[in-house]
Amino acid sequence: MRVALFVTCLNDALFPATGVATVKLLERLGVSVDFPAAQTCCGQPHFNTGYRGAAEKLVQHTARAFAGYDHVVTPSGSCAAMVREQYPRWGETSLASRTHELTEFLVDVLKVTDVGAYFPYTVTYHPSCHGLRTLRLGSRPHRLLQAVKGLELRELPGAEECCGFGGTFAVKNAAVSTAMGQDKIRSALATRAEVLCAADNSCLMHLDGLIRRQDEPLRPLHIAEILGSTEEDPYRPEEPIS
Amino acid sequence: MSAAFLGMPPFPRAAEEAVHNTTLRANLRHATHTIRAKRAKAVAELSDWEQLREAGRQIKDHTLRHLDRYLIQLEAAVTEAGGTVHWAADATEANRIVADLVKATGETEVVKVKSMATQEIGLNEALAAEGITAYETDLAELIVQLGDDRPSHILVPAIHRNRAEIRSLFADEMGKWGRAAPHGLTDSPADLAEAARLHLREKFLRARVGISGANFMVAETGTLVVVESEGNGRMCLTLPRTLISVVGIEKTVPTWRDLEVFLQTLPRSSTAERMNPYTSLWTGTTDDDGPRDFHLILLDNGRTDVLADEVGRQALRCIRCSACLNVCPVYERAGGHAYGSVYPGPIGAILTPQLRGTGSAIDASLPYASTLCGACYEVCPVAIDIPDVLLHLRGRIAEQGGPGHRVERAALAASGWVLRHPTVLAATEKLAAATRGMHPRRPPGSGAWTTSRELPDVPTQSFRDWWQENRR
Repeated sequence: MRVALFVTCLNDALFPATGVATVKLLERLGVSVDFPAAQTCCGQPHFNTGYRGAAEKLVQHTARAFAGYDHVVTPSGSCAAMVREQYPRWGETSLASRTHELTEFLVDVLKVTDVGAYFPYTVTYHPSCHGLRTLRLGSRPHRLLQAVKGLELRELPGAEECCGFGGTFAVKNAAVSTAMGQDKIRSALATRAEVLCAADNSCLMHLDGLIRRQDEPLRPLHIAEILGSTEEDPYRPEEPIS
Repeated sequence: MSAAFLGMPPFPRAAEEAVHNTTLRANLRHATHTIRAKRAKAVAELSDWEQLREAGRQIKDHTLRHLDRYLIQLEAAVTEAGGTVHWAADATEANRIVADLVKATGETEVVKVKSMATQEIGLNEALAAEGITAYETDLAELIVQLGDDRPSHILVPAIHRNRAEIRSLFADEMGKWGRAAPHGLTDSPADLAEAARLHLREKFLRARVGISGANFMVAETGTLVVVESEGNGRMCLTLPRTLISVVGIEKTVPTWRDLEVFLQTLPRSSTAERMNPYTSLWTGTTDDDGPRDFHLILLDNGRTDVLADEVGRQALRCIRCSACLNVCPVYERAGGHAYGSVYPGPIGAILTPQLRGTGSAIDASLPYASTLCGACYEVCPVAIDIPDVLLHLRGRIAEQGGPGHRVERAALAASGWVLRHPTVLAATEKLAAATRGMHPRRPPGSGAWTTSRELPDVPTQSFRDWWQENRR
């Protein structure tokens, strides 16, 4: 089984820890992962803003970068949704059918829910719109989190509501985006969880920006970093978590 | 569409004002969350909801594909039943026809059933210019009219008002329009409803001309259908001597049988009711019963242009249930007024720029008034893929290269080039990591992001470099 990691441009440049955690997690589960260096961006920002020409070139570039792999795994629901939902517009159905979001790959392909992780904190999970409505991840992330040793999962009120990121929406409609993000953070704080978890660093980047500006006692964290954390090699935040 | 909204600021600016209005936000949040929960419950009662949704989609698509044929059939059936059909290409023509019909009766007052089409064409304002007063009889429309306000929601036009605001509107304004509100009016729902009932009853009994829209028009029999909750519609449709109905051409369905689907999906999606309290159907005129004269104005006003767009035309499936508004997180914060159109929310964001074109600043901003979260598509009872149409319209706007889009296009093209050249990307990332200590907290161009949010820190090493060092 030839498995490629599609780390995504956002994770590559700004959230490498998510990529590292994904690699370690998959290797721990016996998967040999490759990182095709030609990969860059799936084209979603261009496509969603209306620049189809620019998007199309990136679609073709991405399809070439991942040719020949049995599975392409990505720790980003949103990028997985772009590949799965939109790539067939340009005839790229093969990559679409081989691409999996990380939690999907774990549960559906590797058929594991207990990945042997250890994370002794209270966590609430934000499902993210693309994971929720496009990929229909359903209970997969919850099942994975519930099996983590030491982790206490708390239900997020209004979980299905968008956090307000929406790509360029966050900049084009900054006021509404901020209001949505602040409501999401308020819901997360109400759970009294220490960690706000999601399977998309794009949502988390927006929420983290608000959390740090408002100085709230909440840590945004990608699910890969929670599932990657073990008793032998635990997640080490730069600062104490609580 | 009516010129009333042109000159509106683009969506982001209008929405920003609304976001900072805490009363408005609280009103909207309370109302949308209440309807949202009720709708979900009403829909969950039907085990065949997905089939009904699919049936609705197919009926609408079939009708739109053969709309020319069904409209001609409808005209023949209405005429046969004693009605008169008028065709209006745009708002000006429709308003002209209505004003002339009212004038011909010698009346200067009309009662109205809540209608999106007449709002779309600005009929009340056009009639006022001709010396004709139009009285809105739907409770929420009455509140909007008394407040010299604009509707903020398709189904609940006064959703942005709370009870205290409505009480003072009734107490201060009703007397200027007719019967004044009773003394000592409280803001209890029963009191407010009674004040409206007394005020409106005088209007129903005096009116000689009624104006309505319609939810559906049945081509095979020439029957029009209005569904409503309050009974004011039934009064307006039956008491006056002359009834004038202004209806968008897309409201046509081929047969009575088709109503079976929509009379289930519409009330559950809109008011979360199994069946709406009043369903009125009328076919032409009947001796000694109801209006003596019936006029149907078939309104185009941009609809045939929408029909010509393969992706965008699905917006014409809309049955105006407003379920998409009630689940939309953007609508919930921005309110209806920010959309600068009688059609707010997700459906407005795809319908308005198609009906009016994307030339104005407000219309070019509407397709971007969404995070593409998909909640609207999920609840739509006729399965309009609103996110897909938004993307389609964004493509059109980006291509036009309107204000702000030239710079954006250049930036995205440049980033696209970098992103197709992994070595350049790697170098850029390295440079960013190497200079991370020198990055300003708010670099130029990051304004809209950093007003409320911190930028993420640039890590010491990109993933690409980590992989190079640790796994190759």
